[in-house]
Amino acid sequence: MEQLNFTFPARRAINGRVHVGVVGSGDLEVLLEPSADSQAHVSVNTSVEGFAAVWNNVLERFFSRFDGAAAIEINDFGATPGVVMLRLEQAAEALRA
Amino acid sequence: MSRPARDSFIELPARERARVLLDPGTFRELLGPFERVKSPWLPRQGVVAQADDGVVVARGRIGGENAVIAAVEGAYQGGSIGEVSGSKIAGALELALRDCERGRGVRPVLLLETGGVRLQEANLGLAAIAEIHAAIVALRRRVPVVCVVAGLVGCFGGMSLAAALCSRLIITRQARLGMNGPEVIEQEAGIGELDAMDTREVWGLMGGEQRVATGFADVLMEDDTAAIAAEVRRAFDNVPPPRSEQVDAWSARMADIDAQHPPEPRTLRALWLRGEDR
Repeated sequence: MEQLNFTFPARRAINGRVHVGVVGSGDLEVLLEPSADSQAHVSVNTSVEGFAAVWNNVLERFFSRFDGAAAIEINDFGATPGVVMLRLEQAAEALRA
Repeated sequence: MSRPARDSFIELPARERARVLLDPGTFRELLGPFERVKSPWLPRQGVVAQADDGVVVARGRIGGENAVIAAVEGAYQGGSIGEVSGSKIAGALELALRDCERGRGVRPVLLLETGGVRLQEANLGLAAIAEIHAAIVALRRRVPVVCVVAGLVGCFGGMSLAAALCSRLIITRQARLGMNGPEVIEQEAGIGELDAMDTREVWGLMGGEQRVATGFADVLMEDDTAAIAAEVRRAFDNVPPPRSEQVDAWSARMADIDAQHPPEPRTLRALWLRGEDR
């Protein structure tokens, strides 16, 4: 198990909070809520160790399109980068809804 | 002609299952994921914890009446019951009892999808399961406690006893209900006793259809969200005495079984349903 933290710049505050996903095999849950400052913060708890660079790449790509000051907690049970991106997009979409 | 569309209940995660069984717009979650009341034990053993510990507790209304639903998420740790998840279920039932005692009726529903106790939390999980059992027995004297086992995990171990204690047990053809799961039986008693890979044999023994046919569960349902929701609404009316209070009837059934020559699933149905008009 590994705990990773990331910070990304944001352009706007967000309202509301969103929970999607499940900590099931090959899946993850995402808890997204307003950040305490004007940046985006991501805290990752993952069952698979040694993939910090991959997490950084996936999150960089996500935040190239999402500019909200969100505090995101990810609880991951071995999801592939594609599944991680889908869950993040799902959370962003639910936030817009 | 095409068949009318049917929404799967089995495919829904626990939170959505609770939401669709409550009257539209009444779902209100207690101790939801943002409260972050999660297992303190799993991370110490290198397992990632889920923010709600795999149990969704929701208040709302069913058929216009106050209701509480505790739904287990089968995809998280096999729906296993740990200290936190078990206490959430027990607490929901105990609060419902308190409401009933104060004259505020509450309709309790359990959505069980669980392999039983969470092995990483051992006795703490078992203690919580015992609290759930005690709470069901206390609460069912006031109001029917309704349980749905939809699948695909099914309901096993100490939580199969919880299902059995409920006033009304609704099950699908896809679900299984049993004290020991098929893999456990094969491992402990050998493949001659049960081949856990033989789905026909496994479902023949512990599948929803057999459990209803032999009286261990009450209603067999198709995997249809609207139909299951309607059945849950109906389940609070005209409920017969709980199965576990019919001790003589079940003792007589057990006496009919020759342990040296245990019956096949079909023979068991015929044996037990002799002279019964159901």
